[in-house]
Amino acid sequence: MTEDEFAAYQSLSEETEDHRWAFGTGFTDPLEGIDASVPDGVDAAALAAYCLALGDDALIYSHRLQQWMTRLPELEEETALANVALDLLGQARMLLARAGQAEGRGRREDDLAFFRDEHEFHSVRLAEHTDADFAQLAGRLLVFSAWRLALFGRLAASADPVLAAIAAKGANELAYHRDYAAQWVIRLGDGTPLSHDRMAAALEVIWPLTDELFQTDPVAERLPAVAADPAELRAEVDAVLDTVLAAATLNRPRAGPLARVAGRSGRDGVHTEAFGYLLAELQSVARAHPDATW
Amino acid sequence: MEEPQVRSGWPLYEVFLRGKRGLNHVHVGSLHAADPQMALRHARDLYTRRNEGVSIWVVAAADITASSPDEKDPFFAPSGDKVYRHPTFYDIPADVPHI
Repeated sequence: MTEDEFAAYQSLSEETEDHRWAFGTGFTDPLEGIDASVPDGVDAAALAAYCLALGDDALIYSHRLQQWMTRLPELEEETALANVALDLLGQARMLLARAGQAEGRGRREDDLAFFRDEHEFHSVRLAEHTDADFAQLAGRLLVFSAWRLALFGRLAASADPVLAAIAAKGANELAYHRDYAAQWVIRLGDGTPLSHDRMAAALEVIWPLTDELFQTDPVAERLPAVAADPAELRAEVDAVLDTVLAAATLNRPRAGPLARVAGRSGRDGVHTEAFGYLLAELQSVARAHPDATW
Repeated sequence: MEEPQVRSGWPLYEVFLRGKRGLNHVHVGSLHAADPQMALRHARDLYTRRNEGVSIWVVAAADITASSPDEKDPFFAPSGDKVYRHPTFYDIPADVPHI
């Protein structure tokens, strides 16, 4: 950019005192200045566990997207997905911080993100899936964001005001993620015979991971008025997915759900083999240099 | 392994943003996209990450008819010495911005 062009561009930016636009810079507590008390009648331990699981979904999903960086076919898509990954990381930071507050043992977001082991992560197994190609990336993001948007839409009315605020903010982000992913699923599904077949194959791979999203959650059951029952989300999510798949000329896959391990799955801390490798990469720097700042 | 694709068979789009201050759309840059809808989303991701805009226009670069740098003098030089075309003989009130 020439200096004139840069000046014109700068003039578009609103002067802002909000230094929070770039996550990871300028602030250390994402919930700074917010009343941290847990409302009367709310089971604090269950609230901590609930926020932790939702934060883990975002943290793990964000890391999987970050692994795509420098590998995407177009520069513009890379920026788009970096934005999505950053949005999810922001959600993870707030939710983990809220989990730490509700838990009341002094653990901060970094302690929770970097110093827990695999069985202590309660993310759904859809979040940790390694996308083998761009079609899987698009299909998985569509399912995840449609589900999470339906969930956050309900949580925006949560009896925990902090969780409600996090959900209300996140819903706008997720609506864009869903729109972005749907665009690509339709583009590939309704594209060439090759792109159609690869999109269909991708959905076959993703689908077994979707059932878990709607399993009744014992933690949510302990949080009436605060949490949402996952089973109630299914109709709304199905309607969205059916609309997108119809526009994409794709059939709904018939693959059954991925087997649980002795009745346990992601929310119980039981993950697929891929999880350990992801976590090792995610945590290695923080564990090698505890308490480092930069 | 397939050969890596040459960067973008996608056409070029020019991006115009309107900031929050109610001014005109301003050209901020360009990007590649397969069609206008994709260009709009790319523009959102590339050019409004820091809250710059409330409205985006994208225009296929091929659809823009531009003056040629070779014709710069015949196009623009004749207006240089015609001061009477400028409204410099009015007093502009101090509280009227953007004139």
